[in-house]
Amino acid sequence: MASFATNEFKSGLKVMLEGDPCSILENEFVKPGKGQAFNRVRFRNLRTGRVWDRTFKSGESLEAADVMDLDMEYLYADGEFFHFMKTDDSYEQVAATIAVVGDAKDWLKEQEVCQVTLWNDDPIAVTPPNFVELEVTETDPGLKGDTAQGGTKPATLTTGATIKVPLFVNIGDVLRIDTRTGDYVSRSKG
Amino acid sequence: MLRQRAAALARIRAFFAERDVLEVQTPVLGAATVTDPHVDALPAGDGFLQTSPEYAMKRLLAAGAPSIYQLGPAFRAGESGRLHSPEFTLLEWYRLGFDDRALMDEVAALVDVFLGPASYRALRYEALLAASPLPAAEDQDLRLNAAIEALGEARVFVTHYPAAQAALARLHPDDPATAARFELVVNGVELANGYYELGDAADLRARFAADNRERRRLGKAEQALDERFLAAMAAGMPDCAGVALGVDRLLLLAFGAGRLSDVMAFADEL
Repeated sequence: MASFATNEFKSGLKVMLEGDPCSILENEFVKPGKGQAFNRVRFRNLRTGRVWDRTFKSGESLEAADVMDLDMEYLYADGEFFHFMKTDDSYEQVAATIAVVGDAKDWLKEQEVCQVTLWNDDPIAVTPPNFVELEVTETDPGLKGDTAQGGTKPATLTTGATIKVPLFVNIGDVLRIDTRTGDYVSRSKG
Repeated sequence: MLRQRAAALARIRAFFAERDVLEVQTPVLGAATVTDPHVDALPAGDGFLQTSPEYAMKRLLAAGAPSIYQLGPAFRAGESGRLHSPEFTLLEWYRLGFDDRALMDEVAALVDVFLGPASYRALRYEALLAASPLPAAEDQDLRLNAAIEALGEARVFVTHYPAAQAALARLHPDDPATAARFELVVNGVELANGYYELGDAADLRARFAADNRERRRLGKAEQALDERFLAAMAAGMPDCAGVALGVDRLLLLAFGAGRLSDVMAFADEL
């Protein structure tokens, strides 16, 4: 496996750190006085999502991580695994555990394409599209005439996720949601 | 930004014109380079892109030049980051008859032109290192870096570098464990590095040899000594003090920019 020296570090680079695949978030070159140079690096552990800070002497290197971000179509969940299929006409499928899918499960819609991160061909993370459209399955009745502003109420979506929505939203409405924040954006059909 | 940079360069030139310091130009592409263990030159043609104009400017002084300054590009391999660029603009000047203290006053006067007047504090290297937020067991360079950042919003001259880090500064005659070298740190940014210059060719040769031993220890190629420079020093350089100041960093501080690339028109070219 290839390795990367500190002078090749840049954000987005995928490397192995303490046994886990990590992505470089920030890389800062520091060189005090006429002293030795260092790289202060912030990593995201791609398996756990945790952020790690480490310092390296210039010239040190890290092994490359065999990590790929692939667009894959979400097929279905069978209670144990979430199944995804490659979009390159190979029909190849991978199965991810609930631990890997994590909070993304709230936004997974069948036939929707999302990003699956593979490490040595195993899924380690699932990232939904930034915006998804999901139908409301349960909420208090909508308040007529209140289309402008006011309070919010909880609404449950087809995925089982519950979000805060404006009072005018009804069961059966399809909502556009920002998956990065979990916020209601708009009603796309009503 | 282009206009601000141009105005800044004009102000630097006016500062030295007022003080009767002569602008010079020395080769950017030089035959030899420095032995400094932690500075690597970019090879070019049969020589190297210069990491600073220091040796050539000192050759001019040895040949009888008056006080001189130079404003131009310098190059350092592998240095790239928020406060580093492989190509940057260096202002370097030498003052005949000055010692490190007199030169520190002049550096402060120049910095005041760009950042407005403020008070300057002197801090011995030892005291700076002792105040590092990192524990004593940590790597010394990392501790120094943390200590510099911890200085915060202040203008501090770091003085009395240990003799092992004298670079090309003479040692204090009354305190030979320390060197007449200073660095100016402004708001946590290392801005300038100056010396009461060592002109003794034999001492310089010994320091270069020590540098090369350290380079070998670090697994780096040794550098051939700049014999033209050493010959000039043997012929005699007048008593002087000199300093190099990072112009891009000065502009970063003056404009309140976050990164060096914010004040450079062609940042990240390489």
